[in-house]
Amino acid sequence: MNRKTFINNSGRLILLGGLVYLTGSIIFKRKVSASGKYVWQIDPFKCMQCGRCSTQCVREISAVKCVHAYQLCGYCDLCGGYFKPNTHKLNTGAESQLCPTGALKRKYVEEPFFEYKIDEKLCNACGKCVKGCGSFGNGSLQLQIRHDLCQNCNECSIARMCPTNAISRVPIEAAYQIKGDFKNPALTNPK
Amino acid sequence: MKWLKIILFLLPLLLAFSDLEAQQRFPKPEFHTKYTQPTPTTPEPRGVGMEFVDVLVLLVVLSLTSWFAIKKRSRNGILLLTVFSAIYFGFYRNGCICSVGSVQNVALAFADPKYVISLYALLFFLLPLIFSLFFGRVFCGAACPLGAIQDLLIYKPITIPAWLRKTLGFIPYLYLGLAVLYAATGTEFIICRYDPFIGIYRMNGPHLMIYLGIAFLLMGLFIARPYCRFFCPFGAILNVFSRFSRRHLSVFPTKCIQCKLCTTACPFEAIDFPDEEKTKPDTKSNTRRFILYMALIPVLMLAGSWIGSKSHVFLSKAHPDVYLAELLISHPELKTDSKNIDIQTFLASGKSLETLVAEAQVIRDKFYTGSWILGAFLGLVIGLMAMNQIIFRRREDYQANKGNCYSCGRCLDYCPVE
Repeated sequence: MNRKTFINNSGRLILLGGLVYLTGSIIFKRKVSASGKYVWQIDPFKCMQCGRCSTQCVREISAVKCVHAYQLCGYCDLCGGYFKPNTHKLNTGAESQLCPTGALKRKYVEEPFFEYKIDEKLCNACGKCVKGCGSFGNGSLQLQIRHDLCQNCNECSIARMCPTNAISRVPIEAAYQIKGDFKNPALTNPK
Repeated sequence: MKWLKIILFLLPLLLAFSDLEAQQRFPKPEFHTKYTQPTPTTPEPRGVGMEFVDVLVLLVVLSLTSWFAIKKRSRNGILLLTVFSAIYFGFYRNGCICSVGSVQNVALAFADPKYVISLYALLFFLLPLIFSLFFGRVFCGAACPLGAIQDLLIYKPITIPAWLRKTLGFIPYLYLGLAVLYAATGTEFIICRYDPFIGIYRMNGPHLMIYLGIAFLLMGLFIARPYCRFFCPFGAILNVFSRFSRRHLSVFPTKCIQCKLCTTACPFEAIDFPDEEKTKPDTKSNTRRFILYMALIPVLMLAGSWIGSKSHVFLSKAHPDVYLAELLISHPELKTDSKNIDIQTFLASGKSLETLVAEAQVIRDKFYTGSWILGAFLGLVIGLMAMNQIIFRRREDYQANKGNCYSCGRCLDYCPVE
């Protein structure tokens, strides 16, 4: 064995040892999730609808959408999420809608109830309806990351800018944190 | 009827304000018609096991590239794998997670006991490194989606002078050091954030990053693989690992006939020329210089760590908590600024400024240690780079530089030796 091979072999051994040490210390001292797939989710109880979800996502149109937790909805005629404040006529006219893209659809069910549905193609996650619903109504509208759109980035660029740190990685089983209760922060998982 | 509705609407509202705790202001209606309440839709994320398919694909691509580069000596095979990686890891998997970014996951997992790293991120980090220890930078050659898109768009590569190449070759180490520092302190993942090609693969993303990606690709028409050579932080690690690789792509199969064809084939100037007898330096003065440079390394490391520890205050400003604490101390008048969401949220959270400052101080202390190590590391890199200049290695043939060669296999096609 000449000098060159010796240096080469010992260098390789040292680097391999370093890798083994690094991996070992991560596997044995840290948490490694083997099966676990983690996905980004918004905690609706922490969310304050600042509107950054619509601008900070790496996608041109955010992967966050408004989600309606129907079981909390009061089906109000005067919906705080649908109508602008001080609206005179409770109809589907564009001038009375709070949603800037018209993504929230209102449908008559029976007197005096109306169903509100989100057209996700139009929703840009500005959170105006969520804020409106939360301040005057039941708070059945919420923002949530949609996994058909989310790229599951290594680091969520919205989470970085979220003022209340409402976005975190959750195990895939706990995905879709949708409001199910008003007080109990334990969220339902509608799966 | 309408007024009644409004009064009905306002009544619970008043009640609601008296009790701030969230509650059902409007009762759930009892429908008399056949209305069924819909449930929120929940589109599924990509399947759970699919990550390990990705790991398997990576393993297969790495093995095939090693085989094509070392045994089969086939440029076409590597080219096919490059196209496959660009399509699979790039356009289909949208470039996330990639081995380049996984450096940060590993750094964060190493530094933060609470962070849970997924096994596949760890494997994406380890596999290319292990392969580079045995077969050279086969990951760069065909498996890396960032490299693939640049490799496929090399048009007329120009020669970059060696001094410029070597000076710019320092940037990846700086980038790597900063990325590890920012990841380990939990600030942000800068490699992912400033990845120029991910926006192109996703065909979606912040405009500036897409323009940057296009700029890199246009530059890459003439300066082959600009990101790989002068920025890629993972490439910096692979470069070091590959220098000690057990086997490596060889330009010629049996014996070099000194035709120099391979040097025209290589767009990265990664082929070392054989040395001429004349250039062999005087052994005595070279030994003296070697000892001098050896002695210089600790000095450089000390100087680097001093500069690093001095710059920790500046570096720590990237952390949102530190930034907010500094902003509140230096501009207390901003507390009344209703448009500053971060400050308003902080004030609404009821946390005292002292707590925030204490938290920021903990993070800044981490930065102090981190930038101290970063400075020492960069000093070591500069020292070793300088020492590498004077180490004389006898070379008789044209051979690929093990550190810089991407195992793309272009030279294999050019070599006339059978």
